[in-house]
Amino acid sequence: MTLIRTKFGRRSFLKTSAAAGGGLLIGFSWLARCTPAGKPLVEVPNEWFTINGYIKIGDTGLVTIFSPNPEIGQNVMTSMPMIVAEELDVAWDHVVVEQGMLDEDAFKNPQFAGGSLSIMLGWDALRMAGATGRRMLLEAAAKEWGVSVSDLAASDGIIKETNGSRTIGYGAIASKAVGIEIPEEIALKEPKDYKLIGTAQKNVEGPKIVTGKPLFGIDFKRDGMLLAMIEHPPAFGMKVKDFNMDEIKAMDGVRDAFIVDTAVPDPQWSDVNAFTNLIAIVGDSTWQLMKAKKALKPTWETVSEPENTDQHVQRLKDSLRNGTVAESRKDGNPDAAFATAAKVIERTFTSPFMAHATMEPMNFFANVTADGAELAGPTQTPKALQDSVAKLLGIPAEKITVQMTRIGGGFGRRLYVHFGVEAAAISKKMGAPIKMIYTREDDMTQGTYRPAYRATYKAGLDENNNLIAFSVRGVGLPESPIFASRFPAGAVENFSAEAINSETNISTGAWRAPKSHFTAGAEQSFIDEVAELAGKDPIDFRLELFERAKSNPVGGEYEYDAERYAGVLKLVKEKANWGVDTPGVFRGVAAYFCHNSYVAQVMDVVMENSQPKVQKVWCAVDCGIVINREGAANIIEGGVIDGIGHALYSALTFDNGASVQKNFNTYQLIRHSQSPKEIEVHFVENEIKPTGLGEPGLPPAIGALASALYKATGKRYYHNPFSTADQDQQARSEVM
Amino acid sequence: MAIFNLSVNGQSKQVDVDPATPMLWVLRDHLGLVGTKFGCGIAQCGACTIHVNGTAARSCQLPVSAVGESKVTTIEGLSENGDHPVQQAWLQHDVPQCGYCQAGQIMTASALLASNPSPSDEEIEAAMNGNICRCGTYLRIKAAVKTASTL
Repeated sequence: MTLIRTKFGRRSFLKTSAAAGGGLLIGFSWLARCTPAGKPLVEVPNEWFTINGYIKIGDTGLVTIFSPNPEIGQNVMTSMPMIVAEELDVAWDHVVVEQGMLDEDAFKNPQFAGGSLSIMLGWDALRMAGATGRRMLLEAAAKEWGVSVSDLAASDGIIKETNGSRTIGYGAIASKAVGIEIPEEIALKEPKDYKLIGTAQKNVEGPKIVTGKPLFGIDFKRDGMLLAMIEHPPAFGMKVKDFNMDEIKAMDGVRDAFIVDTAVPDPQWSDVNAFTNLIAIVGDSTWQLMKAKKALKPTWETVSEPENTDQHVQRLKDSLRNGTVAESRKDGNPDAAFATAAKVIERTFTSPFMAHATMEPMNFFANVTADGAELAGPTQTPKALQDSVAKLLGIPAEKITVQMTRIGGGFGRRLYVHFGVEAAAISKKMGAPIKMIYTREDDMTQGTYRPAYRATYKAGLDENNNLIAFSVRGVGLPESPIFASRFPAGAVENFSAEAINSETNISTGAWRAPKSHFTAGAEQSFIDEVAELAGKDPIDFRLELFERAKSNPVGGEYEYDAERYAGVLKLVKEKANWGVDTPGVFRGVAAYFCHNSYVAQVMDVVMENSQPKVQKVWCAVDCGIVINREGAANIIEGGVIDGIGHALYSALTFDNGASVQKNFNTYQLIRHSQSPKEIEVHFVENEIKPTGLGEPGLPPAIGALASALYKATGKRYYHNPFSTADQDQQARSEVM
Repeated sequence: MAIFNLSVNGQSKQVDVDPATPMLWVLRDHLGLVGTKFGCGIAQCGACTIHVNGTAARSCQLPVSAVGESKVTTIEGLSENGDHPVQQAWLQHDVPQCGYCQAGQIMTASALLASNPSPSDEEIEAAMNGNICRCGTYLRIKAAVKTASTL
């Protein structure tokens, strides 16, 4: 039996009741969708009882579960409450979900969306919250009937006497459960007893999304709210000096225009921002503000050298050759092994800067008053935002509330909090509630990009085609993409990994599966080429290496579980019927471990009008226990499409310090007609603690695509984006 | 500024705005209809798609002065109870991830089906190609359009 220590004592209840007790009453419109006839399954309660920070039970048996973490499309607003509902043991169609406010004390859980960590980090707190609630209801029923909790059983929101006929619903007993004493340790369900976890449930906000309800930060509205837009310098290395303030202020619908300093004292990692001095324009309507932006005549000053793409390429080459190694791993004697190897292969891979291009441009609402600040909008890191705004305003964090709206795409972009800070600075200056929004151009040229990368991989085979030496050396602007102890570390006798950092004044940040998306593409397509050189099947070749890592590991610890890694490859091999060739269909395979989950993919490419086109993708995923099969499959499908799109099409280039691409007419994202025709997603069934899916589906798609394209075109793909980059750079870079 | 009398979701609406104001901002800022989304402002992403006399149009590039007596429909007015076949199919296929682009996708899909009730895969791709989804829900969108064509 799994026991968990409950963190919801009487004291925490008293505190959380204030934070979570005042939630919105759910109207009939939502309930109507539960049954085809439009008849509500559960009547709207007259009274709600707060059980703990996550759970509120109505007197009719309707249960509200507060979802703690930001919803960026990874579907945690459905999957996290499912875990609570499982342990609470309430029927899912008796549950309504609301987004919780920032209150880590109430939720006993870090509230952020990043690193595919929501489910993994929340697993204990969510189960504990549900199990605590269930126990409180059981204690209340036991007290009411003068029996012991052990004489009772609870299921689907009904408490029954095990050896009697009495029953009572959660709704009828909830008022008595509030604040009731429970044991310090309570039992959790065993995975075999799960009724809800592992089923396929629809997105709880689906009905609101398809009817255009105001869910997103950009939709937020408050009486008396003004709108604001900003203008940041046109290039990295520049700073605002002055602008035609009087002219702008005289324009229709403009209330004020000023230069605002948004620099946060003692910045933390989430305060990445190349442009802390901004021109802010505040007014009544977005269009009037857009016109005012166009009428700006700013002057800028140069504070550091404006960079361009040629410089970036040269800097990556130079750093890769001469840069200081920041992190490394060495097993055996790679130099000696390469010297004696029968065959040696060396390849260099590159990838440009990329934008996040979330469909919802950056925006935030702020209302700074004498008493504190109210913030609302799309942030992946509400706590970090609260802390930064507290520092900006010089007030305690407790004086700042953060409401998390639904987020129109995160991908790491909204881990960084500058847009919320900017809204707060503008609201403070105006003494009014404001909503600040970026144009697409403001967004795409602001920075916080995916870094640019370059890495050289080298492998040595002995006369029997065994991999005896492997090395990788990689650099990024500014951060290296190399993970020193990932595959094939542990699987090769002589191994070397060297991570080199470089520098740039272009601001960068985490981008969906940071570093992993690049290394998966480079390493996995390189492994494909090494397998070919060894005359081995690419899946068998990898399985050999995993067997070595498992049975006789080389060197110190390595990051992955070789058995689970091999497991997803074996599953995808079976599902894709690997080894059976179809004329005209070209196959690639890749497997990658990142963010604690394992994903293998087989990708089929066909030639259509002499152009390669992805036809079908099979995915095998090991993320431990799958919470919501529907959402899990959706996010993996999305990761595959996102990975193919960025590998083929997306790139930012720089001229005189500015990104050349400023909007979707020049920055290309994958579109409907370029998407694969079919994706199959299969999960490894096990009872391992669940891990995340927001990121791990993307990285292997790049490697599988590169290998399938090679089969289709006879050409290896080393340089992103595959559709436009000059793949012959390789030959030239070797000559240099 | 000038006064415009508009027909939006079957209702008469009056706004007093700069004639160059795109319908997107008339809807969002002046009529409180925020289901229509801002994505790019240059008609490249489709997030702002509405129907003008039943035809899909990018509202970010449509000045209010060009609308005249045309009937404008937004995601809020696509159906009275949120049960247009395209909306039903979207829920059946659990299409959305972040959900931001979906109003535009739904408006493009519903205009397509109104003019072509049984589109082929290629016709769906051609009609939907102007609507970007960074989350990558394209396969579910295509499946939902096909399901909607049978409802």
